[in-house]
Amino acid sequence: MITIEGLKKSYAGRPVLQGIDLSVKAGEFLVVLGPSGAGKSTLLRCINGLAQPDAGRTVIDGTVFDSKRAAAGKRPVAMIFQHHNLVKRLSVLKNVLVGRMAGLSSFLSMLQLFPRQDVEIAMDCLARVELAHKANSRGDQLSGGEQQRVGIARALAQQPAVILCDEPVASLDPKTSRIVLGYLKAICKAEGIAVICNLHQVDYAVEFGERIVGLSGGRVIFDDTPDHLTSEIVHQIYPGLEDPGISRVLKPRPASQPVLAPMIAPAIA
Amino acid sequence: MSFGTLQLVIRPPQNRFGWWGVGALALAILVFLWWAAVGSQINAGNLWNGIPYMWDFLVRMVPPNPEFLERLWKPALESLQVAVWGTLLGVVISLPICFFAARNLSPSPAIFHATRQLLNCLRGINEIILALIFVAAIGLGPFAGVLALAIHGAGMLGKFFAEAMEDIDEGPLEAFRSAGVGPFKTFFFGVLPQVLPTWLGTIFYRLETNVRQSTVLGMVGAGGIGFELVSSMKLFKYQDTATCILVILAMVLVADLVSSRVRALIR
Repeated sequence: MITIEGLKKSYAGRPVLQGIDLSVKAGEFLVVLGPSGAGKSTLLRCINGLAQPDAGRTVIDGTVFDSKRAAAGKRPVAMIFQHHNLVKRLSVLKNVLVGRMAGLSSFLSMLQLFPRQDVEIAMDCLARVELAHKANSRGDQLSGGEQQRVGIARALAQQPAVILCDEPVASLDPKTSRIVLGYLKAICKAEGIAVICNLHQVDYAVEFGERIVGLSGGRVIFDDTPDHLTSEIVHQIYPGLEDPGISRVLKPRPASQPVLAPMIAPAIA
Repeated sequence: MSFGTLQLVIRPPQNRFGWWGVGALALAILVFLWWAAVGSQINAGNLWNGIPYMWDFLVRMVPPNPEFLERLWKPALESLQVAVWGTLLGVVISLPICFFAARNLSPSPAIFHATRQLLNCLRGINEIILALIFVAAIGLGPFAGVLALAIHGAGMLGKFFAEAMEDIDEGPLEAFRSAGVGPFKTFFFGVLPQVLPTWLGTIFYRLETNVRQSTVLGMVGAGGIGFELVSSMKLFKYQDTATCILVILAMVLVADLVSSRVRALIR
């Protein structure tokens, strides 16, 4: 269980996040929807400490998470990036080992010596994304989809409680996107890892998200299951959106049933 | 404007003064070049009058003295040895400095500017001048040459190393930071693999430059083949001088060839 409480962040006086409260259960796949500039990336970066929030905190399984004071080798928050962020000239296996590197000796690592146990964990994570046979390939020899699967393996290697994904499929084609999101969801379900996934494609959000959070103007304006996402709410999240296709990806609703009022920032239980 | 079937197509000047501005700039450049020519006493007449003496010099150089080769082997190899260690020490000196001179990795802008200036100072002093200083400090001999090349080379290498690090993809570094990996391991696995080809290319380019430089260091007593070159000229043994020049030329050409082959291989 990961809980985000009262997260606030502003850049140069411009508020980006104006008090975000969220909680994600172990194994839950949460999708964050929102237009560019709504603060989706900032939200993730504040959770894992790549950015310093002005207020608020992250609690993981009852413990406040502080990226700077996290015990060596204990990194409960992992991240997957839009541009994969692999080191291209490093082998796939070493890229995955980066997920274990926080707790390892600098000197031995420099000699290319890694504890057998950590190598086994890395290989196991590679096997989970079915790329074990590419362990000795160089990062840049892989296709974009494969590189992102290595990104997933690297995040898994941290044995995290939560994986944050910042537009993980934004630079992949639709077929590859589906494969990558499929791996991510299946593994996290099996391992009981919570996922907070920023997306800008409403159709993937509805297909893969178990819960959708709509972010607009630095606030949560929707937090519910995908079948409660109406085209009104989508238009609230993306003001001025003109896309007749949106209603097609949303779950059709019987005409008699009144549209539920959008739930605005429900209290966290 | 048109000339028969041809039409002049020139984008009108975009500055405030139009063609007058362009004319003024052209005039300023001409005046500046004239000023430099006067200062350096460029004189076609002197060049013309000097041609017979140059011809005389060339004639006295042929044929190059092949027997002199025997005495040249050792100093030529010494030049090479000076170049190798000058390069290596330059790398050793510049490595710890270059991180602070990379805008994106430097701990603070002040440290960044300070180290950049330090590297500029190292690079700003010509190798021959450095060699003179080191000859005075530690005495005649090739080691003074090694130090001269190392100091000057460190300035150049440090700057190029730093610039290579400024060009890296910083996305992977963010992934390292997100995974809680410390700065040393981040450098070793996140930065070094990205800059290694560029760094190696720079080092080989420096080696090539140092081979060229090491052939003249002997002129100021800092070892190598340059000493033979100067003394043969002072003794008016121009055929020996010719042999020297040919050997130097061969060394520089081979260094150039090897360096460009190696750099092409790395890419």
